[in-house]
Amino acid sequence: MSAFSFPLLTATAALPAIGAVATAAVPAARRTAAKWLALVFSLATLALALLIAARFDPGAKGPFQLTESHAWIRDFGVRYDLGVDGIAVALIALTALLVPFVILAGWHDADPLEGAEPNRRWRPTQGFFALVLAVEAMVVLSFEATDVFLFYLFFEAMLIPMYFLIGGFGDRAGGRGEQQAAAQRSYAAVKFLLYNLAGGLIMLAAVIGLYAATAHQLGAGTFSLPEIVRARASGALQLGTGTERLLFLGFFFAFAVKAPLWPLHTWLPNAMGEATSPVAVLITAVVDKVGTFAMLRFCLQLFPEASRWAAPVILVLALISIVYGALLAVGQRDIKRLIAYASISHFGFIILGIFAMTSQGQGGATLYMVNHGISTAALMLVAGFLISRRGSRLIADFGGVQKVAPVLAGTFLIGGLATLSLPGLAPFVSEFLVLVGTFSRYPVIGIIATTGIVLAALYVLVLYQRTMTGPVKPEVKTMPDLRVRELVVVAPLIALLLFLGVYPKPLTDLVNPAVQHTLSVVDRKDPQPSVPVTAGPGGGGPGRTAQTQDVEAAK
Amino acid sequence: MSAVASVHSLWTVAAGVPGRIPAPKIEYAQLAPTLIVLGAAVVGILIEAFLPRRSRYYSQLLLSVVALAAAFAAVIGLAAGGFGSSKAHLAAMGAIAVDGPALFLQGTILLVSLIAVFTFAERRLDPAAHGRPGDAFAPQPAAIPGGEAERAAEKAGFATTEVFPVLLFAVGGMLVFPAANDLLTLFVALEVFSLPLYVLCALARRQRLLSQESAVKYFLLGAFSSAFLLFGVALLYGYAGTVTYAGIAEVISDGARQVDPALAGTMGNDALLLIGGALVLMGLLFKVGAVPFHMWTPDVYQGAPTPVTGFMAAATKVAAFGALLRLLYVVLPGMRWDWRPVMWGVAILTMLGGAVLAITQTDIKRLLAYSSIAHAGFILAGAIAASADGISSVLFYLAAYSFVTLGAFAVVTLVRDAGGEATHLSKWAGLGRRSPLLAAVFAVFLLAFAGIPLTSGFAGKFAVFKAAAESGGGWLVVVGVISSAIAAFFYIRVIVLMFFSEPKADGPTVAVPSVLTSTAIAVGVAATLVLGVAPQYFLDLAGHAGIFIR
Repeated sequence: MSAFSFPLLTATAALPAIGAVATAAVPAARRTAAKWLALVFSLATLALALLIAARFDPGAKGPFQLTESHAWIRDFGVRYDLGVDGIAVALIALTALLVPFVILAGWHDADPLEGAEPNRRWRPTQGFFALVLAVEAMVVLSFEATDVFLFYLFFEAMLIPMYFLIGGFGDRAGGRGEQQAAAQRSYAAVKFLLYNLAGGLIMLAAVIGLYAATAHQLGAGTFSLPEIVRARASGALQLGTGTERLLFLGFFFAFAVKAPLWPLHTWLPNAMGEATSPVAVLITAVVDKVGTFAMLRFCLQLFPEASRWAAPVILVLALISIVYGALLAVGQRDIKRLIAYASISHFGFIILGIFAMTSQGQGGATLYMVNHGISTAALMLVAGFLISRRGSRLIADFGGVQKVAPVLAGTFLIGGLATLSLPGLAPFVSEFLVLVGTFSRYPVIGIIATTGIVLAALYVLVLYQRTMTGPVKPEVKTMPDLRVRELVVVAPLIALLLFLGVYPKPLTDLVNPAVQHTLSVVDRKDPQPSVPVTAGPGGGGPGRTAQTQDVEAAK
Repeated sequence: MSAVASVHSLWTVAAGVPGRIPAPKIEYAQLAPTLIVLGAAVVGILIEAFLPRRSRYYSQLLLSVVALAAAFAAVIGLAAGGFGSSKAHLAAMGAIAVDGPALFLQGTILLVSLIAVFTFAERRLDPAAHGRPGDAFAPQPAAIPGGEAERAAEKAGFATTEVFPVLLFAVGGMLVFPAANDLLTLFVALEVFSLPLYVLCALARRQRLLSQESAVKYFLLGAFSSAFLLFGVALLYGYAGTVTYAGIAEVISDGARQVDPALAGTMGNDALLLIGGALVLMGLLFKVGAVPFHMWTPDVYQGAPTPVTGFMAAATKVAAFGALLRLLYVVLPGMRWDWRPVMWGVAILTMLGGAVLAITQTDIKRLLAYSSIAHAGFILAGAIAASADGISSVLFYLAAYSFVTLGAFAVVTLVRDAGGEATHLSKWAGLGRRSPLLAAVFAVFLLAFAGIPLTSGFAGKFAVFKAAAESGGGWLVVVGVISSAIAAFFYIRVIVLMFFSEPKADGPTVAVPSVLTSTAIAVGVAATLVLGVAPQYFLDLAGHAGIFIR
């Protein structure tokens, strides 16, 4: 690409990994040093991520840029291949952006309990920040990998640090005893791990199946995404219809667990409810994005025909996610679980946008991933500050906070309004695009999906009303407002929400070429679509013409 | 009458050519690894007989380490000399194969044994009795447990240093087992490595009744399986008129050309082949611990002294799978369509059975035993692929798995309370808080067992599943990943217990080991990570070693 061959992508992943090791090695007594070290490493990673964004040329030809390629495990056909498209750049930037805030917000979350017996060997604080950085490194690598196997490695491996973050650290128990809280945490962690591990193992079978197919037909097995896409386009690699669908389902299952899509979503409320708020942000805003990202990059590009075949069913599942998640969010009594169900609803929108397979839909879905990350982070982190002040997650324990802590209440409101996609805030643009994109091909599904917005208004505003307005509860009276550290966390996120809400162009310019490329891969086999789109249970009539128009628009 | 006549003719044939019995030609250099180990075992026995008690431990330890290292060097030398590839041939009158798989497996067995010797020699874990350090073995195994003689032996500071030569004998048998190229050698090797193992199982210092029970169970069931195997050998001889692998394979593929008059009634009879082959396979499947021949595994793993369990779990599996591979690929490839469906069934049963039964275990050693059964299933899935990839993937898996196993059992020896090792799972609660390093190391081993990426377990699992999928075993892979998911549950449960549970007040302590056990664990961790992150060199090694000589 250029004479400057600094392995930027590797460095962006390696830096937090090195940071994780360094942080873990800090002696027990130097807790604060470990925190600062982790923060510095995460900020340096952010700088590298911005450098990637700066050096990335959205107009350049070819699917991937800044590529690196090294032989790794020849016997398995595995290469250390990295490369980014616009979608990956946006998500890497999002990840690198959120992690410093996660670290700052979780500054005191992993401090040893007061009065706990000093134990030189047990260093939870160092462990917490090291694990956060480890997750960041693996997430960044899985966004960068263009080798299916390499992606799978980190997709699976990131479960382990995530699992320890969920199970090892939780909110300081308020009403319930510490023991019970620990038991619930460990339950949530195990549920998280087993769901995702099961999904990953099913995917492993599909990965091996894909390898067997390439080894059989191409002579040498390969996992290289661009190579497989090329071979499929040229006809050198032909999967039988049944094989392709099975492989697609294997991949999709893993991503649907991770994303999560109804009915595989049940681990998310547990995990987000029991984890500390920063970790919950890490789960929903960062790690889960790997699932939706992988649908775009791997499911659609590796198995275009099967993707079109499965789209109607997936759209219906996404629709159920949207409505079901929103309905359950309305009924929650626990603030964090409410946000978790809201996230399920939003992931429904993202998946809807991806599988509507229109350029607006997929562009909107990609924007949605970024915007949802920022808005959920803002809402969840403020909720975390709120919860830590009161020592309870129950909505009923709050009331009248806005009189006592107006700044906290204000930021909470903006985060909430972003979650319900108020025009002027970033998520609105993406949600609108997703709905338009869906409507143009599946009008009925598009119409039903809009109910998700209405319900979002309900659960966000009711949450705000119950916690922030009304008479001031006695336990809330002494609640302090946001501290400087907390403001530093929240203010940039809110600024970003406003900025991207008014001026999303930098982001859309970044992702649109990549979305067009993905769409061209999906539709390449048959530019004149012959798939009856009416197959979807909720699908509408004029699908054929709409699809044709979209293909033309995509060109 | 005809029987008598044929016997008579046999006698005349043999007697008709006196003096033409060829003197056996033995290639000593090529058999050096085995000879070194067996020779050292004999010297070890002499040390027991002639050296004073106080100097036995160090001389035995030194002898074992030197012998195993020298044997390993000999294996490397043979491999470097091309015996693994171009110069592969049959030594000792066709009884022993010197080829890639044999050398690879022998190298693995020797390395594993070398590390096992370290755990055998550990003397710092048990509290010193009467001022003398104690190892994992009973001071006087023949004494009645809890009796006067035992107390006296303990007081006198006896140590059963015989474990070292006994271990070496077992290793010697294991070295021959995967290299055996005729059925009789196979049987002799089986006995040579099994009998010392039975003895070793009975030697635990703590919980001696459990240990002795495990030895008796292992011995009885092992004797049964040996009998099966021997019966199968007899039937195969009846079928082929020979016990050499090549000879049997030839009869299977081309039919009997020269019918031995004594066996005229049986040669070429497919019933004998099928039953005989099945019986021999059963004998081997017993040793690898495949369902439904796995019953001994949990009891023996639990009762045996933990260093012995680790050695047995690692090395026996390597040796037995090596022999199984050779049998399947050299003797029986001509009847692939007969054994493959059956072996598919066995592999599926083994994977699922091991994983499901492990869930309910409450003892860490039993848990690891059932996990080893599940892993035997994974290895079988690769072994029955009937392809070159199948062989090399199994070789790689065995190497990867044995180091993880050895390390895991070495960790188990360190977690102790007043009654010796605290193997009940409930006692492991909160271990991660008391000694994070040890718990983290054990977690690495568990994650490798579970096949999490970036550990050797994943690379191995991927290799065997890939081999299985490429040879049409797609469903085997699906069952494999399902049982992996089930298995993940109980590995994770242990991690939960260690890290997320509150430590109990009367929980076990973690003994500080000497450099011996530390080395064993460190090697285990290093192998787990290296084979997980950069497996290519070792896959190459296994790939080059993947050709059997016939």
